[in-house]
Amino acid sequence: MQLSARFKNAGESLKRTGKQMRKNYAAYLFLLPKLILFTLFIAIPVVWAFLLSFQEYRIVESNTFAGIDNYMKVFESEAFREALVNTTIYTVVTVPFNVITALIAASLIHSLGKFAQNFFRAAFYLPTVTSMVIIAMVWRWMYNYEFGLFNHVIGWFGMEPINWLGQTDSALWAIIIMQMLIPFGVGIILYMASMSSISDSLYEAATIDGANAFQKWLKITIPMLTPSTVYLTLLSTIGSFQVFTQIILMTGGGPGYATETLVHLIYKTGFRDFEFGLAAAQSVVLFVIIFIISVLQYKVLNRNK
Amino acid sequence: MKKRFKVNKLITYLLLSVAAVISLLPLYWVFSTSLQLKSFQDEELERPTSYVNANPPKMYPIGISEYLEHWGKARDAEKAGDAEQEAYHREVMSTIVSDTFSGFKSLFQKNQMGMWFFNSLYIGIVVTIGILLLDSMAGYVLAKKRFPGRNLIFWLIISTMMIPSQVTLVPMFIMIRDLGLMDTHWALILPDLSMVFGVFLMRQFMLSIPDELIEAAKIDGASEWKTYWKIVLPLARPGLAALGIFTFMNVWNSFLWPIIVLNSAKLYTLPVGLKTLQDANLADFKLLMSGAAIAAIPMIIVFLIFQRHFVKGLTLGGVKE
Repeated sequence: MQLSARFKNAGESLKRTGKQMRKNYAAYLFLLPKLILFTLFIAIPVVWAFLLSFQEYRIVESNTFAGIDNYMKVFESEAFREALVNTTIYTVVTVPFNVITALIAASLIHSLGKFAQNFFRAAFYLPTVTSMVIIAMVWRWMYNYEFGLFNHVIGWFGMEPINWLGQTDSALWAIIIMQMLIPFGVGIILYMASMSSISDSLYEAATIDGANAFQKWLKITIPMLTPSTVYLTLLSTIGSFQVFTQIILMTGGGPGYATETLVHLIYKTGFRDFEFGLAAAQSVVLFVIIFIISVLQYKVLNRNK
Repeated sequence: MKKRFKVNKLITYLLLSVAAVISLLPLYWVFSTSLQLKSFQDEELERPTSYVNANPPKMYPIGISEYLEHWGKARDAEKAGDAEQEAYHREVMSTIVSDTFSGFKSLFQKNQMGMWFFNSLYIGIVVTIGILLLDSMAGYVLAKKRFPGRNLIFWLIISTMMIPSQVTLVPMFIMIRDLGLMDTHWALILPDLSMVFGVFLMRQFMLSIPDELIEAAKIDGASEWKTYWKIVLPLARPGLAALGIFTFMNVWNSFLWPIIVLNSAKLYTLPVGLKTLQDANLADFKLLMSGAAIAAIPMIIVFLIFQRHFVKGLTLGGVKE
């Protein structure tokens, strides 16, 4: 009795759905072109990547199921371990530094007049609109051992020239320093926008309570900016784990594995060695790492709420 | 109190100015090196000298001061009636000019810089127009229409934004190869058109368009397409501007995928061209920086003109969740 009623309901709701779909055919037509592209070039490749990671890819014969062989190879390879360590060091140093300096820079700029605000915002955002290819090329030139700008500048302080990109113990740090000195333009602009939306009454109340400017910054501005901080930290961590352009243009991952990173390794495995199964497994691992870190960061940074 | 306020302001300006110099120095160095004299006949050393590879480095294109110096000497010689001296200095002046711009010249004559620039430009424009159309259509119905499967489609699209694009590199490579699109511009355009960020951005933006306007158009008997084209799109203009600029910037700067699928020099986009330029001329920094300068200029101009939209686009995508 009940069951048949349920079937009847289900049948009716299906009919209703069908009717609504016909009524709204225009909506589907509007979505169709994007959905086709999305299915072909995002949805299918994503699923395919997971399948490939469990296969041994062969060009002539058909692929064979390889179980977790690819994943075993990923975790056993020295290159992957080095890449993971390097990418992690790079992220742990640059992300907090860039987010904090963006916060400080935005706070300083925010206190200025309109003209100065526009000027500094442009000055700090300009490197972000320039391609990383260009930035990497000029930093490689500035790091040049013989004629580079940096060895000249450190000479002013009596330091010996450094073979920045050419030796194992400095190459990764050269890449890290470069990332630290490129202003986090997106962060500065977002922080400035969020700051101007903080209500003045909060600051007025704090002034009445006798708080000084620094106390207000610490107790009002920073807590009110938490959503931006969470977003920017996630954004730059995800970006940081995908570091590639600087590596291929400045060091090629070397010397040895000194500056090998995850995405550069995926590129090498897939498109220099053509080991598609292994490269797919590496990229799935990259996805899992990024996913876990994103969830953890979101939880930790939002825990006060 | 007032005095301390002034000191604070001074320190703020000082800190920000130092940071701004650090921020802009690499770009300055690109332009400075691209215009540096490379094989100039130095009068004292009496041999061709490269001021690009100079130790200590020259902080500005030395041709500027050399040119002015010879210009002054030529004028003095003219006054003194020394035609021979004058001709000599005028000749040096013209070699300075041609040496200063020699990097750019060889980019266009010996490399296919003009072609790369054109490729980047037209691919950027095609993808930007396509994205604006497709994503505003999709964003419109996802924000304003109620139909079965709407939420499913929206969440499906949004959830893939979390997946790093490198995951799809290998399958996409196989697919593009099997479709026979390897080493064509379709291999860049089609995947670029399927990016989903714009759908999300347009949907968020369209949510703020009042339903009444759309209803009114319907009552007036406007077709779905007409409502979208005449009512919705004009209202979405600020969102479209922001999305357009970011799409163009992303396509213009895109690097990893193009170096995988493009092999023929005449099909390169600027970033790919720059990489092969560097691979072939590792130590010719004047040439490399000239290429970098040409690739940098358009984005700098676009940014300076549309600064407002950059800010708008960033805050649209970021702050409001």
